[in-house]
Amino acid sequence: MFEPKIVCFLCKWCTYAGADLAGTSRLEYAPNGVNIRIMCSSRVDPEHILWAFDRGADGVFVGGCHPGDCHYQDGNYKTLRRIELFQRVLKQFGLENGRLRLEWVSAAEGRKFAQLMDEFTEQIRALGPIKLGSRKGGQDGGSTKKEETS
Amino acid sequence: MAKLKVALYWAASCGGCEISILDIGAKILDFVAGAEIVFWPCAMDFKYHHVEAMPDGSIDLTLFNGAIRTSENEYMAKLFRRKSKVLVAYGSCAYEGGIPGLANVTDREGIFKRVYDTTPSTKNPKGIRPQTKTKVPEGELRLPEFYDTVKTLAQTVDVDYFVPGCPPTGERTWEVLEAILGNNLPEKGSVVGAGQKTVCDECPRTKNEKKIKAFVRPHLVIPDPDVCLLEQGIFCAGFATRDGCGAQCIQVNMPCRGCYGPPPKVIDQGAKIVSALGSIIDAEEPEEINRILDQIPNPIGYFYRFGLPYSILRRRVIK
Repeated sequence: MFEPKIVCFLCKWCTYAGADLAGTSRLEYAPNGVNIRIMCSSRVDPEHILWAFDRGADGVFVGGCHPGDCHYQDGNYKTLRRIELFQRVLKQFGLENGRLRLEWVSAAEGRKFAQLMDEFTEQIRALGPIKLGSRKGGQDGGSTKKEETS
Repeated sequence: MAKLKVALYWAASCGGCEISILDIGAKILDFVAGAEIVFWPCAMDFKYHHVEAMPDGSIDLTLFNGAIRTSENEYMAKLFRRKSKVLVAYGSCAYEGGIPGLANVTDREGIFKRVYDTTPSTKNPKGIRPQTKTKVPEGELRLPEFYDTVKTLAQTVDVDYFVPGCPPTGERTWEVLEAILGNNLPEKGSVVGAGQKTVCDECPRTKNEKKIKAFVRPHLVIPDPDVCLLEQGIFCAGFATRDGCGAQCIQVNMPCRGCYGPPPKVIDQGAKIVSALGSIIDAEEPEEINRILDQIPNPIGYFYRFGLPYSILRRRVIK
């Protein structure tokens, strides 16, 4: 069976703490996500998401504080707007919107985090392995290595 | 001192870069005083076999403009790499794919279908498409192969320097030529003829805190000439674009379109544009956010206008 590779960017104040709670509560959930703790969900640059996809992630999960709860007041709103806009760009790249998911998980919602991981893993499993244009082999393909520009 | 041997070539390009060489004005006389042009198909009568006959490494400098879209472009890129000591990707197309690179949202079949079938002015009932080989009574005619994907020059061969711009400005071009004539070359792989900051740093307009409630397209309004265009709801790519152009478009009331490519340390210009726009759109509810985003009709076209092949994903997924 296809096991999706998922990169999760989790905000330190809410979702990462929620993931911690899921762990300390000994909840069982899909192990496909690799959690990366960041200070705020708005620290996720769309470039990070592209790198994750380019280097083999089948799905990217971004977790932040609930609206109104951001430790930095409005970081999660910036994330929301970025992801909404970025989904439109990804669609034009021919990538399914289901591969990128933004959710709000508080520090008290360990169970919600576990459920979301199960759900998102199944969602990516249904979409199948990621296929990128730049991965196409032969004359038109080429490596994904980028030249340094400065 | 022997004159430097210089070649200029155009691959998938519009010819604007050729003209931009002339933008250096009377300095072109200084240039030809120090350099001998050995190949320039736009302006002088040389043939490909003249280049093929030259010894490897015998051209001191090749300014190569245009993206790599056909087998002919690719052949010439490899030929000039072999024959040149210094190969420069000159202009946005050679550096990051440029406008021709937008073809990466589709593929060969998509382009052929549009060009040879569905355009309103096309009448092609037999469905004739270009072939790489065609037999005629006189013999066989050949055309280059058209690739699915447009590539940058550096994705095709090793490149020494990059000069951004669509086209590069005359002043910057002269700086580059002067550096080469004076043998004052920067580190290999550098972006030359451009700055280290963004177009906003060169932009003379007044800038305040940005909050965007609505986007307007530039042909629908006459913008205030003194205030940041982005603050007026006009999408301007200056914040995610390398400086060096002198903010010329902005000074004639047109927004930056991003032709100088991403600033240093950034690879994906489009992603940075998404990031910045996300910060300044003035809405918190998903419905309102999406209503504002609907006013950007073609995100890839705006955000990757000059750099789709150079971006992280390079092209649309081919099904």
